[in-house]
Amino acid sequence: MNFIENEQPLLVAEGLTKWYGRRLGCRDASFELYEGEVIAVVGESGSGKTTLLQLLSGQIEPSAGQIRYRLRDGAIADVWSMSEPMRRFLFRTDWGYVHQDPQLGLRMGVSAGGNVGERLMAVGWRNYGDIRGAATDWLARVEIPEDRIDDTPRAYSGGMRQRLQIARNLVTAPRLIFMDEPTGGLDVSVQARLLDLLRRIVSEMRIAVIVVTHDLAVARLLSNRIMVMKEGEVIEQGLTDQVLDDPHAPYTQLLVSSILPA
Amino acid sequence: MSAPVYNFAYLDEQTKRMIRRAILKAIAIPGYQVPFASREMPMPYGWGTGGVQVTASILGPEDVLKVIDQGSDDTTNAVSIRKFFTKTAGVRTTTSTLEATVIQTRHRIPETPLSETQVLVYQVPIPEPLRFLEPRETETRRMHALSEYGLMHVKLYEDIARHGHIATTYAYPVKVDERYVMDPSPIPKFDNPKLSDCPALQLFGAGREKRIYAIPPYTRVVSLDFEDHPFQPYRHDAQCELCGAADSYLDEVITDDRGSRMFVCSDTDYCETRRAMGYAAPARNSDAEPARD
Ligand SMILES: Nc1ncnc2c1ncn2[C@@H]1O[C@H](COP(=O)(O)OP(=O)(O)O)[C@@H](O)[C@H]1O
Ligand SMILES: [Mg+2]
Ligand SMILES: [Zn+2]
Repeated sequence: MNFIENEQPLLVAEGLTKWYGRRLGCRDASFELYEGEVIAVVGESGSGKTTLLQLLSGQIEPSAGQIRYRLRDGAIADVWSMSEPMRRFLFRTDWGYVHQDPQLGLRMGVSAGGNVGERLMAVGWRNYGDIRGAATDWLARVEIPEDRIDDTPRAYSGGMRQRLQIARNLVTAPRLIFMDEPTGGLDVSVQARLLDLLRRIVSEMRIAVIVVTHDLAVARLLSNRIMVMKEGEVIEQGLTDQVLDDPHAPYTQLLVSSILPA
Repeated sequence: MSAPVYNFAYLDEQTKRMIRRAILKAIAIPGYQVPFASREMPMPYGWGTGGVQVTASILGPEDVLKVIDQGSDDTTNAVSIRKFFTKTAGVRTTTSTLEATVIQTRHRIPETPLSETQVLVYQVPIPEPLRFLEPRETETRRMHALSEYGLMHVKLYEDIARHGHIATTYAYPVKVDERYVMDPSPIPKFDNPKLSDCPALQLFGAGREKRIYAIPPYTRVVSLDFEDHPFQPYRHDAQCELCGAADSYLDEVITDDRGSRMFVCSDTDYCETRRAMGYAAPARNSDAEPARD
């Protein structure tokens, strides 16, 4: 597949660096993301994956470097030069963020319908019937039975919560989704179903995704390209199959051989 | 005989100036919650210490004070606040809405239309309308700052999903001057339309939470709703059984130990004034004689 149909990248990261005081979170990450492209960020715990994701999604301010994003109207915006309201608006309309822990991404005391409808109400939807209709559609798309629309996520299983979180993010048809270990903490069979669903929706909607995972199998299944992180730095990047089948960096070789036994 | 140990209206002048500054800021930014250094008052929180501090700060010797609690001038709460200001400020008090220049209220807006020469001071228990869904203060503050009010409609959505209609009947959220979403304190939503375009200055004081906010005279106040579930004020479909009023907010009161009930105006001054003018109970089928023609 060729993702460079539209010649302008959707997002460009340049020299992204984050220091937590004297501790390094992530250093000098640079890459381009195109529309509809899925990039996996892999690496062991503490290697800087979450930091990179939070930098990219405008949730923490970089110590150095910049992020440029192509808005729906074609204008290129520097994420940290835009106003805070603008950045927050982008975050809840054209972007989505799926947390590993669904409790962080959902309102646990609000019904599933209200969780999905919130973004619509935030952008000015004021017709209850329309909001409920959109929520019903989205619950169906993530395979949540319609009769669970008025239940709160407290009554949901882990897998359902994660699917609800996805619906809540996708309802505004964002062009870019960030996911931090979306299948982490789920049973293997539940993981497989979620991955299938993610793969289907992402390709149907042609959403660009940056997905953090320590699971190379998840990366192989979902992503077109992969970035390998170690001690805060991106040490190898390329097409997912190429990197996983023929890793260059010794660390990647170790990672591949230990997690994907032949 | 001995001189009072406190200043006029209890609070010292420096504290009043601080509170007045908060009030002025609140008036300048309609609906915005201004933090203030709430003082200990000689009464427990929940007794309207926020409202009392606001009243104390705006009261002058010429003012005539009315205090109502759920529409009534003679509950313990209303009586003791009135006594407090009689004692500490020596101001004249009244139960008449027309006569009063300052009205401190808990949970009602008087039925009698207010005028430009009056100030209505509300006692507020919880000033933050977003608290119900977002307990983090840093987050609610940012939501106000950036006018991110989607969450307020989530609350109304939840109401409809659960009850089939917007079941919020008290403290019904409003938007002030097309900018800040505000909790009007636990007044019945029947009173919400009176918030808007009101000739009187409306001040809100939350003592425990240390917040003051305001609706300046003639400010547009809109109750939040959905296009297909529009805001509807509610009153019992009945007439007051003392004065026959068909337009006032009614309380249902139990009249004997067999559970008999009757509807009466919640605003006692309104009801008494009407009765003094000759209005009386409506004719009832079961009654032998109608009370008036
Ligand atoms: N809020 C923080 N304060 C201080 N150090 C942090 C913070 N968040 C992450 N770090 C440090 O930054 C490094 C990268 O962490 P993180 O991005 O969470 O890695 P990963 O997601 O790959 O496990 C780690 O050394 C971690 O301890
Ligand atoms: Mg992490
Ligand atoms: Zn009456």
